[in-house]
Amino acid sequence: MRVFQFTEQPYPPAWDKHQGSLRVNLPNRLLDPTVAADLFHRYYDEWQLCDELGLNIMVNEHHQTATCMSSTCVVTLAVLSRITKRARLLVLGYPISNRPDPLRAAEELATIDVISRGRLEMGFVKGVPQEVAVANLNPVFTNERFWEAHDFIIKAMTSHDEPFNWESENFHYRHVNIWPRPYQQPHPPVWSTTGSKATAMKFGGLGYTMATLGTGYATRPIYNAYRQAYMEKHHVAAPADRFAYLGFVAVGHNEVEARRLGEMVLAYPRTSGIVHPPFRNPPGFLSVADNVRILKGEGKPRSYTKDGRVVDMAKGSVQDLIDAGVLFCGTPDQVYDQITDFAEHCGGMGNLLMMAHAGGMSHDDTVGNLSLFAKEVLPRLQEFRQPDAAVAAE
Amino acid sequence: MAADDAAIREVNGVKLEVRDIGSGRPLLFLHPGHPSGRLAGNAPVLSKLAENFRVIAPTHPGFGRDTAPETLTTVEDLSYLYLELLDALNLKDAVVVGASLGGWIAASMAIKSTARMSRLLFVNPLGIKVGGREARDIADIFAIFDKEIAALGYADATLGTPDRTKLSEDEFLFMAKSREATARYAWSPYMHDPKLKGRLYRIKIPTLVLAGEADRIVAPGYAKAFADAIPGARFTTIPGAGHFPHHEQPDALSAAIAQFAGG
Repeated sequence: MRVFQFTEQPYPPAWDKHQGSLRVNLPNRLLDPTVAADLFHRYYDEWQLCDELGLNIMVNEHHQTATCMSSTCVVTLAVLSRITKRARLLVLGYPISNRPDPLRAAEELATIDVISRGRLEMGFVKGVPQEVAVANLNPVFTNERFWEAHDFIIKAMTSHDEPFNWESENFHYRHVNIWPRPYQQPHPPVWSTTGSKATAMKFGGLGYTMATLGTGYATRPIYNAYRQAYMEKHHVAAPADRFAYLGFVAVGHNEVEARRLGEMVLAYPRTSGIVHPPFRNPPGFLSVADNVRILKGEGKPRSYTKDGRVVDMAKGSVQDLIDAGVLFCGTPDQVYDQITDFAEHCGGMGNLLMMAHAGGMSHDDTVGNLSLFAKEVLPRLQEFRQPDAAVAAE
Repeated sequence: MAADDAAIREVNGVKLEVRDIGSGRPLLFLHPGHPSGRLAGNAPVLSKLAENFRVIAPTHPGFGRDTAPETLTTVEDLSYLYLELLDALNLKDAVVVGASLGGWIAASMAIKSTARMSRLLFVNPLGIKVGGREARDIADIFAIFDKEIAALGYADATLGTPDRTKLSEDEFLFMAKSREATARYAWSPYMHDPKLKGRLYRIKIPTLVLAGEADRIVAPGYAKAFADAIPGARFTTIPGAGHFPHHEQPDALSAAIAQFAGG
């Protein structure tokens, strides 16, 4: 199993000053740039530590939010591609359907792949709903723009002999010929995220690495949809390395310490939904059927424990979220058991996207969490024998 | 709410839901967008108008039971669709009434051709840019709560906040669909075409712009600026109505339309 350490580079000093919205419309006067600078340097130091500890790195981007100062993943990747040596650099992801210019995205990602000497893992995502308000591109056509931008970027990265033309509803170029071209051939590995079986099947057909977030013990059916489509297209079982899962991680020398850190990393799910409600559901982003459910006030629970209990990620306790397979928390032995038990449940899960820092967790706690994980858990996970892919595919 | 007497009429390959009621001079009614889309409040005004006119009321693609065709994504597309509808019905002297988003569509049609139109009426039309680049002419209805939309859009906000415990399955469906379809056609540039105001001079038939007095969806002076851009257009206000007079004052609106457009 590979492990990637993820943080959103948050700005927690403003978190207690919001009036119902940490995102989109929280005034940026609440950010002190000198404090932000210190935080950025600290977060990059911690990622450099990951590189030394043998952990890989995951970055993302969000916009106009105190929860994530990585407002353009390209800047984050650019810094990391120069200051790290070994870590794979996963962006999960680049919200390409919220960008008007996929040529720029192709150039940026290819350049990062070259500077990092081929360490880029290239995740494309549709983005979170509230960022439609920032991007201002029509949310009704997000899906269509996502796939067209994807097609364009792959074509730009794999065309080497002459400039090509691209004229469609969404994008217009007449001389596409990116310099530099990517280091990895034919292009960096593609990743994406989903919570839907239909999209999982699409990714399965393409063979991309697929991640889910917060799906807990409801993950298996999504993976199985991928497995089915992968088998139909490729005639072999999907290997475990095509599956990724984002979980919160808190490791301590004893349970008391681990649970103290667990409370801190849960700052992420407890704050990520704090946004002015109309921005949460832009028109056309969800299906008509989902919107009818919302109008009727019917919710849609996402996280389940092994025995089928529904857990609210934003409100659940440390124990609830351990039970739901959302938080891996305890002594090194306990965390190893929780993660591998979850991977077995999934029928194989080859990439743990680990959030071992969130919110106001201090530098010392973060270093402690990462170091203990890297020393006591990571080597065993790297040796972990995944469930038989052929059996999982049946 | 009896809008289900609509027939499906194929126009230019698009299956369009069209109500065709009443008799007399033909009147094309182009409905608003969210939150007053297909059913909400449209039916009473159409029945009232049908006392004097043959009312032809299409549901914009995507607002009804249909799925909007991939080829229809802009108000410009809808303007051609409805010009084609006038041709298909072989109307010679249609009265065209466009409310809110429907007003934008009607204007987009009229700058191309008024050959089949005799009178134009705009009811709280959208579609033009009036203020400077940092002025928001039209409230961002996708960034505020439904109750705020009702407060800005209605003289009596209770009309704009239906009791959700009493809505039918269809009403929930059309609420969800009208919100998505409005964004489909009018997300960006938001609710307007930057070129439209400069082209309204092309409208040379008798035109009336009506505006609910209590409309706060648009900035003060917006409807008057719309009228001023059309040569010879008259402008008048409707008391006791906000952005949706067809919903709040169907009798007064129908009377004003009948007075201007005959019957």
